Amino acid sequence: MKKLINAVDDFVLESVEGMCRAHADLVAYNPDPIVVYRKDTPRQGKVGIISGGGSGHEPMHGGFVGLGMLDAACPGAVFTSPTPDQMQWATEKVDGGAGVLHIVKNYSGDVMNFEMAAELAEGTRVESVVIDDDVAVKDSLYTQGRRGVGGTVLLEKIVGALAEEGADLDAITAMARDVIANVRSMGLALTSCIVPAAGTPTFEIGDDEVEIGIGIHGEPGRERIKMESADQLTDRITNPIIEDLGLTSGEKVLVFVNSMGGTPLAELYVVYRRVAQLLDGGGVEITRSLVGPYITSLEMQGASVTILRLDDDKTRLWDAPVHAPGLRWGV
Amino acid sequence: MFSQEQAVAWTRATAARVEERATELTRLDQAIGDGDHGINLQRGFRAALERLPGAGDGDLGGALKAVSMALIGKVGGASGPLYGSFYLAMAKQLGTATEVDDAELAKALRAGYDAVVARGKAQPGDKTMLDAMGPALDALDAAVDAGQPLGEALDAAAAAAEDGMRATIPLVARKGRASYLGERSAGHQDPGATSTHLVMQALADTVNGR
Repeated sequence: MKKLINAVDDFVLESVEGMCRAHADLVAYNPDPIVVYRKDTPRQGKVGIISGGGSGHEPMHGGFVGLGMLDAACPGAVFTSPTPDQMQWATEKVDGGAGVLHIVKNYSGDVMNFEMAAELAEGTRVESVVIDDDVAVKDSLYTQGRRGVGGTVLLEKIVGALAEEGADLDAITAMARDVIANVRSMGLALTSCIVPAAGTPTFEIGDDEVEIGIGIHGEPGRERIKMESADQLTDRITNPIIEDLGLTSGEKVLVFVNSMGGTPLAELYVVYRRVAQLLDGGGVEITRSLVGPYITSLEMQGASVTILRLDDDKTRLWDAPVHAPGLRWGV
Repeated sequence: MFSQEQAVAWTRATAARVEERATELTRLDQAIGDGDHGINLQRGFRAALERLPGAGDGDLGGALKAVSMALIGKVGGASGPLYGSFYLAMAKQLGTATEVDDAELAKALRAGYDAVVARGKAQPGDKTMLDAMGPALDALDAAVDAGQPLGEALDAAAAAAEDGMRATIPLVARKGRASYLGERSAGHQDPGATSTHLVMQALADTVNGR
């Protein structure tokens, strides 16, 4: 293992400390329990928006704390959900009297830890939404259900903008559910990644192999196949999304092509080009886009595609100003 | 009889075995999960040792609640809330007693099992820690009802946990991250069932003075 770390146990805290130094005008952190929060929180009368999850997906979630997005983020150990004391601390910190929304990705650990935190938060009204946008996973009563992946970034942006406008907790929760109902994702991995504390790759994959439907923690997806062209691979992860969303001619969408951490921007644009061709073919109009590493899996090579069905409200909220370490426009 | 001193010794024994077997637990989790089960339990039980009262210091509920709070606060993932809920329910059941009889210990362990079911919403056969814990507690109840000494009853429970753990190998996971693998999860032993066997074996060994 060759990584820029000092001591494995200090990795998450030192990374958070560095981010908060680099963006000291926007964010600060509490070391124990570890929480990244907006410098100007709590804002009286504004609904607090909190998310959290394992570390290793940077800039998500800490990098999305700031104006027009999250009020606080709770980083867990690498690929491990945060603990209830973190979410409880964050909830109390950002509560400006209008309640707090918890944005939870659908993993058993995240769901349970956020549930315990909501039970512990006395005196604050808490609503929770669970995002499950990964079409690689079969959804059924007998499984954990779909994972929360790339759609989380878009959800946090749109809901954060609505909170910034001063909407109440019910309206914000309803918008969050609306986004979740209209966003789908799927990813692929060309290489594995090494969790620092483990020191060895999370999974083995041959030089000529691709994992289709990878999760953001290196969990396997639908199938392991031999390497193909970028267009063929993009088809494999985009067509299931189009099908699952039931996109029809004339609809408007946001396309988000994301790097798993190790795939360069140039390759992401090759993927985006193919996604655009597929949507053109179906008469679907791409009116907004996001391309880059926003929800990563450490140094894994790979990419994911996320498509969000847009309406006027969501387009307006997407365009609203955002100023966070990992996302900035309109400011 | 089961005493506060034994609960403290049980926790220390569990922590020591988690240290010994952390790499093995993590490897099992790399095969069908996200590869951190041993690391996470190690972090949790190290914190539990720091918070654990001394032998003879306080009651059973206090000792087990300290373990619970350390696990809930330090483990994360699914195993943090699940094991945390297990020890917390035991702590509530045992309360201010400093020593309980065999049936009361079995009842407390059963309360722990029920708390894991309530938190995780898994069923037997889903390839989870319940598949080791369920058979272990059934064996314990049967042995205690039959009037066997606690040491023997807990040996039977640990053996049943081991059988349950091995029986997870052919199962297809239906809960947690392993469920994403579907059929590909078959052929691997469940890491959670493995750590549950470790916990039950540590209890049996502690009571038997091993």
